[in-house]
Amino acid sequence: MAGKRNARDVTPSPPINKSGTSTPTTPAAAVNSVTSKSKDANLSANEVAVAMWDNYVKATPQRTKLIDVFMAFLVVVGVLQFVYCVIVGNYPFNAFLSGFSATVGQFVLTASLRIQTNAENKAEFKSISPERAFADFVFGSLILHFFCVNFIN
Amino acid sequence: MTVATENSYLKGAKGRNTRGLLRLVILCTIAAAAVSSRLFSVIRFESIIHEFDPWFNFRATKYLVANGFYDFWDWFDDRTWHPLGRVTGGTLYPGLMVTSGAIYHALRALTLPVDIRNICVLLAPGFSGLTAFATYLFTNEMSSTPSAGLLAAIFMGIAPGYISRSVAGSYDNEAIAIFLLVFTFYLWIKAIKLGSAFWGALCALFYGYMVSAWGGYVFITNLIPLHVFVLVCMGRFSSRVYVSYCTWYALGTLASMQIPFVGFLPIRSSEHMSALGVFGLLQLIGFVEFVRSGVPSKQFQTLLRGFVVLVFSVALGGLVLLTVSGVIAPWTGRFYSLWDTGYAKIHIPIIASVSEHQPTAWPAFFFDLNLLIWLFPAGVYLCFLKLSDEQVFVVVYSILASYFSGVMVRLMLTLTPIVCVTAAMVLSTILETYLSIKSPKSDAESVAIEAEASKKKNVATKGGLRSMRNPVVGIYTMVSKSTVVGAMTLYLLVFVLHCTWVTSNAYSSPSVVLASKLPDGSQHIIDDYREAYQWLRQNTKEDAKIMSWWDYGYQIGGMADRPTLVDNNTWNNTHIATVGKAMSSSEEVSYPIMRQHEVDYVLVVFGGLLGYSGDDINKFLWMVRIAEGIWPEEVKERDFFTARGEYKVDHEATDTMKNSLMYKMSYYNYNGLFPPGQAQDRVRGAQLPTVGPVLNSIEEAYTSENWIIRIYKVKDLDNVGREHGAAASFERGNKKKKATKKRGPKVLRVE
Repeated sequence: MAGKRNARDVTPSPPINKSGTSTPTTPAAAVNSVTSKSKDANLSANEVAVAMWDNYVKATPQRTKLIDVFMAFLVVVGVLQFVYCVIVGNYPFNAFLSGFSATVGQFVLTASLRIQTNAENKAEFKSISPERAFADFVFGSLILHFFCVNFIN
Repeated sequence: MTVATENSYLKGAKGRNTRGLLRLVILCTIAAAAVSSRLFSVIRFESIIHEFDPWFNFRATKYLVANGFYDFWDWFDDRTWHPLGRVTGGTLYPGLMVTSGAIYHALRALTLPVDIRNICVLLAPGFSGLTAFATYLFTNEMSSTPSAGLLAAIFMGIAPGYISRSVAGSYDNEAIAIFLLVFTFYLWIKAIKLGSAFWGALCALFYGYMVSAWGGYVFITNLIPLHVFVLVCMGRFSSRVYVSYCTWYALGTLASMQIPFVGFLPIRSSEHMSALGVFGLLQLIGFVEFVRSGVPSKQFQTLLRGFVVLVFSVALGGLVLLTVSGVIAPWTGRFYSLWDTGYAKIHIPIIASVSEHQPTAWPAFFFDLNLLIWLFPAGVYLCFLKLSDEQVFVVVYSILASYFSGVMVRLMLTLTPIVCVTAAMVLSTILETYLSIKSPKSDAESVAIEAEASKKKNVATKGGLRSMRNPVVGIYTMVSKSTVVGAMTLYLLVFVLHCTWVTSNAYSSPSVVLASKLPDGSQHIIDDYREAYQWLRQNTKEDAKIMSWWDYGYQIGGMADRPTLVDNNTWNNTHIATVGKAMSSSEEVSYPIMRQHEVDYVLVVFGGLLGYSGDDINKFLWMVRIAEGIWPEEVKERDFFTARGEYKVDHEATDTMKNSLMYKMSYYNYNGLFPPGQAQDRVRGAQLPTVGPVLNSIEEAYTSENWIIRIYKVKDLDNVGREHGAAASFERGNKKKKATKKRGPKVLRVE
């Protein structure tokens, strides 16, 4: 069901994105000049970050944002595990490894999904439709979880 | 299957079917050739396991089939490394055994009950057919010409470099590992071409299977990251690379950690750090590319580039620091000796003592790869001409593999696939150029066209030779075409002949039975090994411990089914050195050692009567060296050489040599075979001393027909508590006639 909805989302997304990419050309140029000026003046990177954030919020389709939220969540979980491991010690090392590599692997797989479904990368992945990318994602995640569950003992 | 050919005869839908059928028939024929050229030894001798290592694999497979998978997984083997035992489940690559076990059960389920021994013997030929098919797929990804894949398949099917490790009966890890290697590479190429997570995941799965099958998986673990790294350095980073590599690494590393023998190695050891490093690098680059696409700014780009370089160097520095501080294990000796080729000889004699760990000589390349070896560089050059992502892989693979195969004979095996692939690419290019039926332009047309062209040209350029005005580019005459094609065909036929000859003569002899030709041409088989092992099996206690040099450990365990002290899995160097010390010391020293280790029988291999050069006297110096590494005070290599530094067994031999247990066991009673004073050692070509050695603490139990294997029984302690030397000399009546009244220097009795 979710996949269906995703697939339906895909079709409207390119026009949004296209307008997103075409319209920001002017803001991007503005940002460009701003950043170059700020670099010359040795000004804060804060502005750059704010401009990037604005650009991101404007240009990214909803579905990609959802993926990004998931990836951010995975990063948080991974960092938490790592910090816990540093503080407490890594005694059941395989448990730590499987938990940590589950987050890393899931992050990477999700990033792959994000790349493959991104409309800008259409030329790169000619043979892979977003539905196919999602199926690949599910396949990879299943394998990953099987190995992690097996490894955690 | 992408078929893109302009063959005029086979066009259209019907032609496609014909081509498909032709392909199928050719591939089946190739598989049949690959299988049947490996059966020489089975047809000539019998269906048995060859060599040394396969005997352990065979034994483990039998255990797996008899006791089930879970018992096999935690199998503690108390019949090897006698006092210690071996945790077999955690110290072997289970892929081979599990594969043949699965085949065994599958055949059972199909109501074809085949003996497990036959499955083990015929596993390698079976998989060689699959290897040929995998090479076909791999080459098709590389080359646009449709014939390259088929040529590569036949090359891979019969190249002696691969046959040498996969004849029927050599039930070794390489039997399935090469198939998995090639297939993993195929999946990898597929993944990086399509940028597909699915193929990346499949590649990871087969990588996991490869890890479970062979220790050479480290080659893949370093080759794929190297490929990606080279791509990144060439500025060819794309999101396809990111997707395929990251999927492969994340899943493949987890898959490889499921094997108990590998365990945490992918995190902890240096061999796997390149994969981790490239993984980290790709994350950074991916992130940077992502940011860069958001903010296009010149300064920002340079800033980011600096950031990447900084992080990369910091990561590298951190890695070096971790390695130096010992968190990450440094290179193991076996891999380290590939870089520092003198390392093993100085520090780890046990690695240098194996014959296949020596550098390769030139003739070996020609012997193993006949015509492929001179097509190989041309193929690499061809890849340079059309440098897409997968061609980079071929280049990286060939450079790396040719270096390693030059360092170690054994690694010729990893070179063979890429040599077959590149040679097939060259040959198919040549054939495609010269075999096309149509000329570049038919004569009549070209005359007309050229006439027009020359009209225009004549206006512009008037001077020069007439033949230079319209240069003819292309191959027109049937003569040149047929000459080149004929020559190539001849080479190919000679290649087939060479492969068959090499396979038949060099690589198809089981080392268990020794075959020799009688003067009338009939075959004489010397079967001393099995004779002696059979004797051990039938005439000794079930748990009689056998001490022998480690070479024969697996065979004794497999054929004689008796516990051994050391075997071919040389995981405990000190224990091997103990056996070496027992063999190279005098009886007074070695008897306590044998008592401590509860040795019942000692087995030596002696080829002096038959001229069998691989015997224990020739390996003796390695025993001495390995023992000297642990006990430099008690065993000294120098003592075994004569004053002039020669290694002799005749009357010039040193006293240490003559008193060593190995010498005594080898030559015990040997004089009795010859007329007095004419005992001859056919291997060393030496005249033996007239008085043979005397054994006090052990006694001869069995000597095989041709004296190749000699088995001695360790005597019990003396009943009256005397030394064995004294007791034996008393038995021989060596007591002096006149009893000395003098009191010896006794010491105080301590109660």
